[in-house]
Amino acid sequence: MLDPLLLARLQFAANISFHILFPAITIGLSWLLLYFRVRFTLSNDKLWEHAYHFWVKIFALSFAVGVVSGLTMSFQFGTNWPGFMETVGNIAGPLLGYEVLTAFFMEASFLGIMLFGKNLVSNRVHLISTFLVALGTTLSAFWILSLNSWMQTPTGHFIENGEFFVKSWPEVIFNPSMPYRLTHMLIASLLTSAFLVAGISAWRALRGVDGPGTWKVMRTGVVLAAILAPVQILVGDLHGLHTLHHQPAKIAAVEAIWETERNVPLVLFGIPDEEAHTTHFAIEIPSAASLILTHSSDGELKGLNEFADAHPPVAPVFWAFRIMVGIGMLMLAVSWWASWSLRGDRQPGRPLLYALSWMTFSGWVGVLSGWYVTEVGRQPWIVNGLVRVADIVADHSGGVMLATFLTYLVLYIFLLVAYIAALRYLSTKPAASLALSPGYTGQKPAVNL
Amino acid sequence: MEYWLPIIYMFIMGLALLIYVMLDGYDLGVGMLLPAASDEEKDTMVASIGPFWDANETWIVLGIGVLLIAFPKAYGLVLTALYIPVTIMIIGLILRGVAFDMRVKAGDHHKHLWNRAFFAGSLTASASQGWMLGAYVTGLDSSPLSLLFAALIALTLPALYIMLGAAWLLIKTEGALFNKALHWARLALLPMGLGLLLVSIATPIVSSVIAAKWFQLPNIIGLLPIPFSCLLIYFGMSWLLSKPAWLRVGNSWVLFTGLAAICTLATLGLAYSIFPDIIIGEMNIWEASASVNSLLFTLVGVVITLPLILWYTFFVYRVFRGKATTLSYE
Repeated sequence: MLDPLLLARLQFAANISFHILFPAITIGLSWLLLYFRVRFTLSNDKLWEHAYHFWVKIFALSFAVGVVSGLTMSFQFGTNWPGFMETVGNIAGPLLGYEVLTAFFMEASFLGIMLFGKNLVSNRVHLISTFLVALGTTLSAFWILSLNSWMQTPTGHFIENGEFFVKSWPEVIFNPSMPYRLTHMLIASLLTSAFLVAGISAWRALRGVDGPGTWKVMRTGVVLAAILAPVQILVGDLHGLHTLHHQPAKIAAVEAIWETERNVPLVLFGIPDEEAHTTHFAIEIPSAASLILTHSSDGELKGLNEFADAHPPVAPVFWAFRIMVGIGMLMLAVSWWASWSLRGDRQPGRPLLYALSWMTFSGWVGVLSGWYVTEVGRQPWIVNGLVRVADIVADHSGGVMLATFLTYLVLYIFLLVAYIAALRYLSTKPAASLALSPGYTGQKPAVNL
Repeated sequence: MEYWLPIIYMFIMGLALLIYVMLDGYDLGVGMLLPAASDEEKDTMVASIGPFWDANETWIVLGIGVLLIAFPKAYGLVLTALYIPVTIMIIGLILRGVAFDMRVKAGDHHKHLWNRAFFAGSLTASASQGWMLGAYVTGLDSSPLSLLFAALIALTLPALYIMLGAAWLLIKTEGALFNKALHWARLALLPMGLGLLLVSIATPIVSSVIAAKWFQLPNIIGLLPIPFSCLLIYFGMSWLLSKPAWLRVGNSWVLFTGLAAICTLATLGLAYSIFPDIIIGEMNIWEASASVNSLLFTLVGVVITLPLILWYTFFVYRVFRGKATTLSYE
């Protein structure tokens, strides 16, 4: 009943799902904040500084939750998956090491200056610090996505006595799926933060606590989303085509293709039934899956029958994919509608404000469902085709695992509620109270680089 | 190469964990002292660690990262054996880190709740780190004596952290809070000293491997300076704490340096006791180490980035030198 493997997976899934919510915000938001800072420096328009001051608080909060939940990972690789480092430590270790060395210290150190040092350093040093924090978050994404992608499409290694060794570091780091996954995730993060800033600004407008700066921010978010949403759909499509080549079992689960065949229909909706090997109540477009994935309506697609016990569970991957695509389309529609409504200096109507505030956390839904497609879709492998998840799990008792799992779960739910409550609280403050403090003395910067 | 690389990495791991103890040690110490301060003082105390705690915490990620990178075979063994204390520490560090931001952002009526979370997180993280250190020194043994030893360090390490926290506050604060910090330092000094003394006596008792390394000629003569220097520093600090006027005029850093020296000496002693094992009596650093290729690849990064990290850490401390007031995003 208490299967330690399932519990170890659930626990790790809970941790990593909770964790990714915050980097998904901070990677994108750090660049938006740099944009606000640069706009202020170039134009001296105080509204950009107000925007920076408001959002840097939310950034700091998100960053802190991201850091501490990320810390969990560095220990949990060992506590839950000791076999992982024992088999692929030669590859995973250095990639994680470079993340710590090139990203973690830099973002954590310059964050202090970015948040609290504005009057202690010159404008130039503060701008550089803001840039280094943004660069750090992005470098961190680079290394961790490199490792994750290697687990999906391993290259550049050789295996001796069950242990992995590196043949070529460039091939390991820039493995086939890495450019796709990195681009997809960085855009996802920018979209997440774009909808977050637009959504909260809209919510502030609805509550009547907005100011002129709120509009600038909302427009920034909306325009950024309108540009990136179609790009993301294109990148996602390329990523999918690439996955078909490297991980056909994942695509078979995504599209619920049970048997290898030609003229495969695209299943829009349906209820996949893994035991009966069929999709109930399927609404299909004839030959469309073949057309999309092979660019030929009678192209052959591999079915789940080809992979015996080595394919992922169908239903979660199938559903997660459809949620992700649905959110993507919704993002496209709302951001284009909003950009059109806000063109020139037009004021948005209430329906749009409501739509934007409902979309505040849409990025989270997209990011989570996307990651479920890619991670659940990798099962039962930890390193695709080479190492099984079941072979690297720790042998803790089910009871201990369950107890710690529930503890983490309660903590995460509590923190998530507290986080959203804090965002609400910060957003309810009237714009006027966010004005720069009158005590600003403009003292000479004390330290320069 | 095959001989030296694991030694280099053990040195880096030791250095990272030593820096962690000294830096996040004072953050956690300040967190544990929080309930003893007034509301206004709490704000100043948190402000004094505000720009630093995040980077300070990163040193444990580097320490555990080096274990993972350089000694992957020991990494899994150590962490699965320490499953429960690691889980408790993580939850403590999560609470502490989140509370830091939440106490000022979740609204005034929730502030006392987050202050308590800050305290509880700091305390549990410190105690579980002590427990982990104790369990590690006994070679991850779980006999009653070994557990007792782990419990002893689980009490000693928080005392050391509180002492570091109080010393930090003596550097960063003035007025009534300075006086309070002086009082806290005086209170914490004896428990810390007793704890360290007991740990030193108990270590060779719980570990025959370590006892054999300590009590042999001529090594014991080379080792003696460690306990003697610690004693000297301890009484030096005790004397300094009776000179508040001297400390007040910008000399409190001497106290912090004394504590840092004790931490360094203890780390040296520990390194001598463990070397060349990574899991005492079970696995040495060469058996646990990753491939030469992987170690060299990472070493390039270490050689380039570590000096940079130390430089900008120094830079950040210089930017935020002087007394802490309230934390402002301005």
